[in-house]
Order: sequence, then C-alpha cells, then structure tokens
Amino acid sequence: MSDVQKEYSSIREVSGPIIIVDGVEGVGYSEVVEVTLPDGTKRRGQVLEVDRDVAVIQVFEGTSGTTTEGTSVRFTGHTLKLPVSEDMLGRVFNGMGEPIDDGPDIIPDKEMDINGLPINPSAREYPREFIQTGLSAIDGMNTLVRGQKLPIFSGSGLPHNEIAAQITRQTKVLTGEEFGIVFVAMGITYGEANFFTENFRKSGALEKVVMFLNLADDPAIERIITPRVALTAAEYLAFEKDMHLLVILTDMTNYCEALREISAAREEVPGRRGYPGYMYTDLASIYERAGRIEDREGSITQMPILTMPDDDMNHPIPDLSGYITEGQIIVSRELNRKNIYPPIDVSPSLSRLMKDGIGEGLTREDHDGLQNQLFGAYAKGKEMRDLVAVVGEDALSDLDKQYLHFAEEFESNFIRQKRDEDRSIEETLDLGWKMLGMLPEGELKRIDQEYIEKYYPKEQSE
Amino acid sequence: MIEGKIVKISGPVVVAEGMKGAKMYEVIKVGDTQLIGEIIGLEEDLATMQVYEETAGLKIGEKVIATGRPLSVKLGPGLIKNIYDGVQRPLRVMKDEQGSFILRGVSVKELPEKSWEFVPRVKAGAAVEPGMVLGTVKESEVVEHRILVPPNVSGDLKHIVLKGTYDIEDDIATVKTADGDVGLKMYHAWPVREPRPYAKKHPSTIPLITGQRVLDTFFPIAKGGTAGIPGGFGTGKTVTQHQLAKWADAEIVVYVGCGERGNEMTQVLKEFPELLDPRTGKPITERTVLIANTSNMPVAAREASIYTGVTIAEYFRDMGYNVALMADSTSRWAEALREISGRLEEMPGEAGFPAYLASKLSGFYERSGRVDTLANDTGSLSIIGAVSPPGGDFSEPVTQNTLRVVKVFWALDKKLKDQRHFPSINWLTSYSLYLDEIEDWWKDNVSEKWKMRRDEAMSILQEENELQEIVQLIGPDALPERQRVTLLCAQMIREDFLQQNAFHDVDSFCSENKQVVMLKSILDFYDTALKLIDSGVSVAEIRDMPTVQKIGRLKYVSEKELESYIKGLTDEMYDEYDRLARSYAG
Ligand SMILES: Nc1ncnc2c1ncn2[C@@H]1O[C@H](COP(=O)(O)OP(=O)(O)O)[C@@H](O)[C@H]1O
Ligand SMILES: [Mg+2]
Repeated sequence: MSDVQKEYSSIREVSGPIIIVDGVEGVGYSEVVEVTLPDGTKRRGQVLEVDRDVAVIQVFEGTSGTTTEGTSVRFTGHTLKLPVSEDMLGRVFNGMGEPIDDGPDIIPDKEMDINGLPINPSAREYPREFIQTGLSAIDGMNTLVRGQKLPIFSGSGLPHNEIAAQITRQTKVLTGEEFGIVFVAMGITYGEANFFTENFRKSGALEKVVMFLNLADDPAIERIITPRVALTAAEYLAFEKDMHLLVILTDMTNYCEALREISAAREEVPGRRGYPGYMYTDLASIYERAGRIEDREGSITQMPILTMPDDDMNHPIPDLSGYITEGQIIVSRELNRKNIYPPIDVSPSLSRLMKDGIGEGLTREDHDGLQNQLFGAYAKGKEMRDLVAVVGEDALSDLDKQYLHFAEEFESNFIRQKRDEDRSIEETLDLGWKMLGMLPEGELKRIDQEYIEKYYPKEQSE
Repeated sequence: MIEGKIVKISGPVVVAEGMKGAKMYEVIKVGDTQLIGEIIGLEEDLATMQVYEETAGLKIGEKVIATGRPLSVKLGPGLIKNIYDGVQRPLRVMKDEQGSFILRGVSVKELPEKSWEFVPRVKAGAAVEPGMVLGTVKESEVVEHRILVPPNVSGDLKHIVLKGTYDIEDDIATVKTADGDVGLKMYHAWPVREPRPYAKKHPSTIPLITGQRVLDTFFPIAKGGTAGIPGGFGTGKTVTQHQLAKWADAEIVVYVGCGERGNEMTQVLKEFPELLDPRTGKPITERTVLIANTSNMPVAAREASIYTGVTIAEYFRDMGYNVALMADSTSRWAEALREISGRLEEMPGEAGFPAYLASKLSGFYERSGRVDTLANDTGSLSIIGAVSPPGGDFSEPVTQNTLRVVKVFWALDKKLKDQRHFPSINWLTSYSLYLDEIEDWWKDNVSEKWKMRRDEAMSILQEENELQEIVQLIGPDALPERQRVTLLCAQMIREDFLQQNAFHDVDSFCSENKQVVMLKSILDFYDTALKLIDSGVSVAEIRDMPTVQKIGRLKYVSEKELESYIKGLTDEMYDEYDRLARSYAG
C-alpha cells in the first residue's frame, strides 16, 4: 500500500448504492475505496468504472447518510483482499470477512484477492469420487461427487434448510476423509442462520466450520462480495491446506437481488426481469470456483441454495444457475404437500457428474442401469397417474396399473426417509431393486441382463 | 509505433487517447501489465478496445501500445491435440509456466517450439499459387499436416529445403513474389475475423456420419453443413456435442468450449485420449483441437474464441480435409457481444443484444461449406452450434437468428429429458434440410431403403402423436387393436432406436449399417404384428413375444455379434409368427 493515497471530497452524485466522484486521478478499475461520512463513520466500496477523472463507486454498506458535501473518499490503490489463515476454521465472520465472534484476531498467513483467478481448464482434475449424503434421492438418483457444484432449487417455505443440514451432518466419502464446511449466508434471517449453527454444534462439527454471515438486516450490497470472500477462504483451505470442503451458499436469490440493485442504480440496459445481462458471467465467477485441481489434495464442493421466485424454474436466477452448475436438486412443493421428506423431485433433478462417479469400484456395478430404469419407471408411473385422473383406473391395463403402484411406492419408500436416517449406498441400491421388483422383468430394458440376473428380486416378479 | 494513454475503464472495455493512426481490430498491449486487447472502435484519436484479460487494477493514465497487426492465429503443425484459450494461448504451456490458475499479462508462443520432419512436395522453380501444398509433416498418428502457401502469397519457388527435420521457426522455402523474396515457414498467421479464401463452394451431398441414430437416420447433417442444437439447461447440448466430437467421421475436429464449464473441457482432455476412433483405430485426440474459454475466463476472449476456432478449422479444410467444428455454446458468445455492446452504450436491440447479432451469427455459419480449395482439392467444414435459450424458450433472438441460417435443427426437449429419453431430441419439431441431398449417398453406400424406412418410422411416430391425444381422453384400451400395435411399435422406435445412451460402451456409437439393421428389425416386426392382428392375435400376445425384448436389446449388441444376433432374432420372429398365426387359424 502506498502512502500517497489521495482523498477526495468532490462527490458529484449519490444514487442508491452508488456514488460518483469527480476530479480523481490515476484511479484503478476495481480498486477499493474508503468512504468517510460527515459523522466520521467509514464504509468500504469498490470502483465500478472510471472515465477520465470521474469514478463510479459501489458502496457495500449502502449510501444512507452519505452527502455530496462533507463526505470524503480515499482510494487505496489495491483490489479487495482477504487475510487468510488456517485459524479461520471454527470462526464466524461477517459478510466482508471480518471476525464477529468473540475469538482472538486472525493472524493472517497471507492476503488473497477475493475475486480469485480462473482455474486453468487443463489443470483441473475431473471430479469423480462419490460422496454419500445418506439420502437415496441424491445418492441413488442424482449422485454428488467431490468437487461438484450442485445447487438445491427450492421455494419459500420448503425444507431446503433441513435437507442441507442433513447433508452436512451425514456427508462422507467412502475412503473416510472428512469434510470441512464453509457456510455462507446471504440475506437469510437470524433464525435460519441459527438453525445451521445449532445443527453444526449438535453434530460436533463446529471446529471444522467457517461461517460468513450477511443476514437479512445486513447491508444488501455487501452480499455481492460475501460469496467471493468465502470462496477465497475455501480456496486457501482446499488448495493450499489440502482440505476437502463443502461450501453451502444460501440464499443465491438474495445475492442476485443485490446484483440487480447495482445494475438498476447504474441505469444499465436491463436483461430478463431486470437482472443484468452479465448475470450469467457473474454467477459463473462464483460457481466455477468449485472443483478439483490436478496436483492439489483438497477440493471444493459447492451446494448453493436458491429459492425460486414463484416456484418458477424458468426465472433467470434458477435458469442461469442451472446453466452453470453441474445439475440441480429440485425440492417439490407437491411432494412436500404429500408429506414426503425429503421432498426431492428426482425427475427434473440432475447430477451431471454422476455418470463418472458411479459404477464398479465407485458405488456398485449396477448403479447406472438401475437409476436409469428407476427414472424411466417413475416417469411412466406418473404418466399413468395423470391418465387415471382423466379416464379412471379401470381403463388401465394390468401393466399400467403396476407402474401406477410403482410410482406410489417409489415416493413413499425410496424417496422418503427420516430426518436422521443415513442410508448407505448399498441400502439405497438394494431398495431400488426392491422397487423394480414390482415390475415384470421384461420391462427392465435399460439394465444389462447380467445385473438383472444378479439383483432382480426373483420371488416377487410378475 | 502508436502509443496512447488509458482514459476510461469499464470492465473489459478500455478507451485510450492518442491513438490516431491505429487500425480497427488491431491488437493492443494494454497497461503496464501488457494485457492483450483488440481495437473495436475508433473515433478521432480515441480507440475503444476490448481486453482479453481481467482488467481489475488497471489505472487511468497507463499506456497502451499498438502492435500493428490484427488479431490472428498461427496456423501450422502443433495445433492438433492442443488446448487453447480464446485467443490461442496454449493452456498447457501456461499451466507449466504459471501453475494451476490463469495469471495475467503473459505472452506464450501459440505453436510448440519444436522440430518437425518436413517432406517437400514441390521442387524449386515451380510456380507458387496461394494455398498450394509445399510439403507435409506427420503431425499426429492420423493427421498429415499439409504445409500451405499462405493465401496471400504467390510467385516462383526460388528455394525449398530438402526432406529433413526443421524447427518451427526455420524458413523452409523462399518465394520470389512481385514484391520481392518472401521466406515461408511451416506456419503462417491469419486474421481470425477474415474468412480464409477458397475456390468454390458446392452443395453438400455426403452425410457427416455421427454414429448417433436420431441424427444420422432421422435428422442428418451433411459434410460442410450447419446445424443448431438449442435446449434449456440439462437437456443434452454438451453430451450431444461431445458425442459428435468423439464419433463424427471427420478427419479433423475443432471443439470450442465457449463460456461453459471448466470441468467439461477437463472431461474431454481425460476421456478423449482413451477413446479409439472406430474408423482409424487411433485415439480420437489425434485429430482434435480444443479451444476452451470457460465461463469464468474473460468475456472478451470468449467473443474471440469462436473466430479462433473457425479459422483453425478453415485452415485444415484448406488442406483438403473434412473438418467438423462444434461450438458450445454460441449463446455465451452472443452474450459476450451483448456485454461489450452494453459497455459501449450502443443502442440495444431485442433482449438487449446489439442490432448486428444476426449478421454476426450468419457470418459465422457462412464460414462452413464443402469447397474446392485454392489448391484444387476438396475439403469441408461442418459447423454445429449449441444454443442456450433463457428459460428454454426458443423464441429468443439467438435461437431465432440461428434457425434462420442453419439447415439442421435438433430441438432438445425438456419433457423428454425429464423422462430420461436421451438424446432428448424432439422428433416432431426437429428437421434436416439435407435429407434429399444425401439420399443417394446412403443408397450407394449403405442401403437402398434408408430413406423409405426413415419416412415410414417417422409416420408411425406422427401417428402415435395423434393417437396419444385420443388416449389422453379415453384411455388406451378404447383404441382398435391395429392402432394399439402402432402405439407399441412407436414405443419401440422411441425406446429401442431413438434412445441412445452416450455412456454405454456399445450403445454410444452405432454404425450406419447397424442403424439400418435396427430400424429394419422394428419395421419388419411391425409388419408381422399387423398380420398377426389380422389373423386374430391380441396386442397383449404380441407384446409378450420374446422378439420384442430381443429388439430392445439390439442396441447393446456389438458390431461383431450383430449378424448372428439378427439372424437369431429374425428366425425366432418368424417361428413365433407361425406358431401364433397357426393357433388362431385352427
Ligand atoms: N445421449 C445421452 N445419453 C445419456 N445421458 C444423456 C445423454 N444426453 C444427455 N444426457 C444426460 O443429461 C445430462 C445433461 O446433459 P448436458 O449435455 O450436460 O446438458 P446441457 O449441455 O444441455 O446443459 C447429462 O449429464 C446426462 O446425464
Ligand atoms: Mg452444456
């Protein structure tokens, strides 16, 4: 940091979270600024654009109390950095990465730019180690692997927090290594954050958790940097300290709202529903920070949670997320209404990395064919359900009725499980075969014959 | 040398003053860290540039230097098996020099600094024409790299080296041109935004065989043709593009990962070396060039990546090869255009895209084609672009403008995807405008009845669609038996033919012959079943025929066992036919 940092009080305009300063010199793009209000409070911001001697600045804590007169701005000459250290484990930070628990100061090992750097695609290791979450809907049907980014698409009032909490409690890899957890709150309530803290405390995992909290009453614009700060800590722990991390980011919808607010204040040409046209790229700069790297031990697995406005999967937030992430777990209002927990709708859910993380030596040889057949049968069963609604059950053939029955059983036995029920992958797969036992063997077109012979429950066919 | 000063920075867009004399599309070194940029606008002494690297930290007043050359790619041996970013920086070299993360302001040689064995094809004294083959280099196990005279050089060959090993930077020939002697190396540079010249374009009559049943048999693309593959997220764009890169019968494949996931490129890097090309028996990497400008890499370089890819592809076409280029996804490229355009405060068009989106898109697909090269050979460049419509809604501008120029439309369908019907290409809305042009090729090389059977299968599927509506109202039992047989066969076409598992060792690739045999079996069965119905056999009995299951397993039968399997299947089918027909006749 240079000592000749210039301070300016020539503020031309304050507009929403943005201030515009005149007469500046030698300002850098993305540079951090410190804003001092007339009453002496300090806030931080970042340069969004410079045009000759005019700088546009976004203020993370918002601009309330900022005046065009009496407020001053100091340019620091550097981009946003986070001091990192292994001592961050077990600690709680605010959305800017400053400790807010009662613990001692963090003595930094070094400082890292919060925007990180893109991983060279040729340096990535392809993720393929199976992660067992203990939930059949995920492990059996939409398998998660280490280094994947797999979001939960949910809606307001649905138990996505319970699901995420159960996953953090149960998650393990079959080789036995443990996960550290980076928990990132963006605009969620104190109650929700507390639910997670209690969950971590109960499972005795608190010393392996790093929490970054920007809660509902914290500054909205700060949310733009909270995930970046957290992922910087995660990258340090994973790629320099060899840890395997599960990063929970909740709620990405609040993050996107903050992005929209900045964009509107800058009067940018709005994209779909007012979200900025660059939101895809912006979200990618967060989600793509998951992964594995060739010569590094650790890994970053991301599980972002987002609530879909109006349960609409085509809304830009889930839509753009779905385009970037490696699949999605869909929480369904309909299943929730039927009292099925976890109400995961497996049909539109997807894990893109599943195919390389399952099979012999990873989960079990029959996994791929089995899940494929279960998907097909469940889809068929749901089709029959729709049909029955129109023509009544009597119009169905015996086979159609078997599918109808299958769909019911699949939901209430395979998908449904208890909130503390931690199924092994073997249990999940065996349960899957039990379900297929309700259908004639000849219907199993998606499974290799040898696995049918080995696993299809003989006694109850037809 | 033109040198200016930065006066404005807005993300990847930088404006500098003092740039009088600089040219449009000229490459610029931007700032103290010498980031790479390109001029995209000039006004008086102000130059607007898009910068191919992250601009955070760049300051007002830093200097910019014009290099005097347009954004170009280096074309020569060493392209194959390489993986580049959007402006042709070799990612592996960058990894070796700087580690796992991409740093800024690095300059690396585009082509590997190595020696190649050059075999001359012409002798000193020969007349040199643009695009002529000077000699060859064996670049990989399967690619003979033809060293071309650059399209803008002609004259007399004053000197050419003997067969031997030469460094990539050595002069291998000297040409006496109207402007004096020109030394030629094994490579030359070509500006990416300028299509490479050829002698003549032809209509396309040969299919690009992809080994994917729904594509080859139902909606084929021709060599030199264009196809668009739009679909919402998770519908199968990337898997389809990967399948094409793996199995298409092109001699060269250029795969452009444009604004998509890093892991997908890694997957290609790990998986392709292990897959053998069914035609050459060699790893498919031996014919592949990768461009990876993933979603988290700078957005301006994403815009350039498409052009870098297509220029490399044209170069191999000019050697007389059949080249196929896959771009995943062109929407991300269009979004990069939009983002830059927004920063320039241009007048936005539909959905915020600039008004020139349509012309840029058609300009890109126009670079495809089956051509006579300048050297009187024939080559082709097929272009297949994935499109990622927001919300999966095909009415948006990128999809619509793409459909206006491409001749094949593979419509990915969310409903099919949810049923795990893969590839989830909708057979009712997709189309190919090459069917008639390539029919003769199928007749001459595979089967007389290819088109006939394809049309019959299509009409069964169409009939199914109409019958489905009735079933929705009154249930399947209410239909007459004959129509229920049609439904059964339509289901077999869908599940046993159209569905193809990209991740199954055998099913992933299906030869032309196997495609014909599979469809024939289903249609023969259909005929047989209709006859049985006429003799009074019930649909339930027909459904229970072991042949139905046998046909269902056909896709997993390897090419080697295919013949005997088919014989068994056919024999059994007619035996069952006899048995059933007899039992009702009696
Ligand atoms: N031909 C196929 N065979 C088997 N699975 C497929 C096929 N095509 C797509 N899939 C499945 O769909 C998922 C999403 O496909 P992908 O190509 O990544 O979608 P997109 O690129 O359109 O977002 C894949 O991970 C895979 O599970
Ligand atoms: Mg994709």
